[in-house]
Amino acid sequence: MSSDKLVQFKDCRILRNHKIIKEDLWVRDGKIINPEKIFFDEKIKADSVIYCGNNIIAPGFIELQINGGYGYDFSFEEKTEEAISIVGKNLLSHGVTSYCPTIVTSPVDVYHKILPKFRKKQGGSHGATMLGVHVEGPFINVEKKGAHPANFIKSYEQGLATLEQVYGSLENVKIITLAPEFPNSGAVIKELAKKDIIVSLGHSTSNLSQGEEAVKSGATFITHLFNAMLPFHHRDPGLVGLLASENIPRSVYFGIISDGVHTHPAALRIAYRVHPKGLVLVTDAISALGLQDGEYKIGQLNVEVRENKAYIKGTDTFCGSIASMIECVKIFMEATGCSHEYALEAASLHPAEVLGMQNQKGTLEFGADADFIMLNDNFDIQSTWIAGECVFSK
Amino acid sequence: MRLVILDSPKEVSEWAAKYVMKSINHFKPTKDRYFVLGLPTGSTPYGMYQKLIEFYKAGKVSFKYVKTFNMDEYVGLPREHPESYHYYMFNNFFKHIDIDPENAHVLDGNAPDLVEECNEYEKKISEAGGVHLFIGGIGPDGHIAFNEPGSSLVSRTRVKTLAQDTLEANARFFGNDISKVPKQALTVGVGTVMDAKEVMILITGAHKAFALYKAIEEGINHMWTVSAFQQHPQTVMVCDEDATLELKVKTVKYFKALSDTHQKMIEEGEPLHLYKTVH
Repeated sequence: MSSDKLVQFKDCRILRNHKIIKEDLWVRDGKIINPEKIFFDEKIKADSVIYCGNNIIAPGFIELQINGGYGYDFSFEEKTEEAISIVGKNLLSHGVTSYCPTIVTSPVDVYHKILPKFRKKQGGSHGATMLGVHVEGPFINVEKKGAHPANFIKSYEQGLATLEQVYGSLENVKIITLAPEFPNSGAVIKELAKKDIIVSLGHSTSNLSQGEEAVKSGATFITHLFNAMLPFHHRDPGLVGLLASENIPRSVYFGIISDGVHTHPAALRIAYRVHPKGLVLVTDAISALGLQDGEYKIGQLNVEVRENKAYIKGTDTFCGSIASMIECVKIFMEATGCSHEYALEAASLHPAEVLGMQNQKGTLEFGADADFIMLNDNFDIQSTWIAGECVFSK
Repeated sequence: MRLVILDSPKEVSEWAAKYVMKSINHFKPTKDRYFVLGLPTGSTPYGMYQKLIEFYKAGKVSFKYVKTFNMDEYVGLPREHPESYHYYMFNNFFKHIDIDPENAHVLDGNAPDLVEECNEYEKKISEAGGVHLFIGGIGPDGHIAFNEPGSSLVSRTRVKTLAQDTLEANARFFGNDISKVPKQALTVGVGTVMDAKEVMILITGAHKAFALYKAIEEGINHMWTVSAFQQHPQTVMVCDEDATLELKVKTVKYFKALSDTHQKMIEEGEPLHLYKTVH
């Protein structure tokens, strides 16, 4: 519930225009307001003033790839509502104000059953705003399946018709990760782009020119760069090469997991230095996110959490990321030596740009949604706000 | 007329801010009795605003019962443009202090009827009881507000078409593109400022030295509009050393000999009315 009261956040530093500046933040009706207009047009003072103890105010994080957390897996066909409610709520404490729950390759009936349950929903104290689902698969390359079950992987032989038949409806779908090396991919990508669905390239053996064709057709994103794609080769740099391609009409965005485990710090630095504007932090977190040390049964998997890492029980094999977004931000900053501003924007402004929502989210510009976080200088989240309402406080 | 000569622009800012603070505090404004300030924009007064904000934050002065009237504003420039005087005043002063938005007046260069806007402005100033202290800067050509050379010395608030010289000088604020510089401005008149009980003019830098010379050593002349203040009963000009470069040694020595008095004017506890005699 946004309030029509005029609220002034004082004694804070805010991230605006790629800089952290000493500035007040003004909010009304869930939006960020230009105080100069209020001063000269309405000639009024704020209804209430919130003192922020010199904390940093940054746009709320936008998570484009998260499989679950707190013991729940979005792809698991039972308890979807519970999963949305528990994970959505807990994400607030990580500074995430909007997200795209991610469903990995699943049987057709699972899509039909669970996709309709992920309705786009404005966030609030109940949880982060759901922007739509990221369906990762099943139209991927079995050779780069990663942790996806091979028997459910499909090809889009009938083009968009196949997609609609497999997913049931595209209504709740915001992002589709697909492999572009198959026939029909150009047509499929064009159709999806027309429907305002983000096409992300991943779980693919595609070479650079196939990647470039996909971008020309309308793909704009790469799923977890370096993971589940051909490794960089100097004569055919593959999808990684898209970061520096000169044969595409616009530059691409790419998700990257900086949990300190899945992508080597040197790889983070390479991506950051080659194409900083396209870099989007994603956690790709699994259901063990947020769980204390111990053993868990998640879906079909026995998982053991030790020292904030998730292993397949009894082994030293990682079974996915369990870093929160704010941890990824810190790790990324540490690894690359990038500025505070850049690290925060890589988790807010950049994902908003991927979704074409950069005037509305991921920014503290006037007129944008008042979704933001307060952090201290150690980047510990002090509070999280959606539409101008405090939805989490330490 | 008083001429306060200080070492550097920093001291000019500080002296001016202290004088404003002292004038407000001495007046003891209340909700029934407001102190009325006339305010300039530009680089010269910027330091003064910074100091005033500092004094406000230290609890030494409040603007709760202060009304302000700004000197001028461009015509047709969007208010949120960083070169608009609305933007300047809000970001460099108003948003940092406790002034009531109702009491901060800036001419609206986007008003549908500009003549009406100017007439209303004069009316608002009279309704506020006139300006107690009008602060101004001057241009290198001796203009005060947008009262450029040749402006009537009894002019009132009005629309002014800007001289080519001014457009060229201002182009640096508009990406060096003269076509982007607004061609007109609304400005209080020389007469409007002359009506203030007291006027304080800040002048710093060698590039303004000739204007200062024209203002105080030569006669009253509408080609150097600031010279009109020779006839104002209470004008104090505050300048730095550089701005005195075109003055006679005699003039500089005369005013510098009064520097003890000028320091006392801004000292806390020193009764201000002693200095309010006509000079």
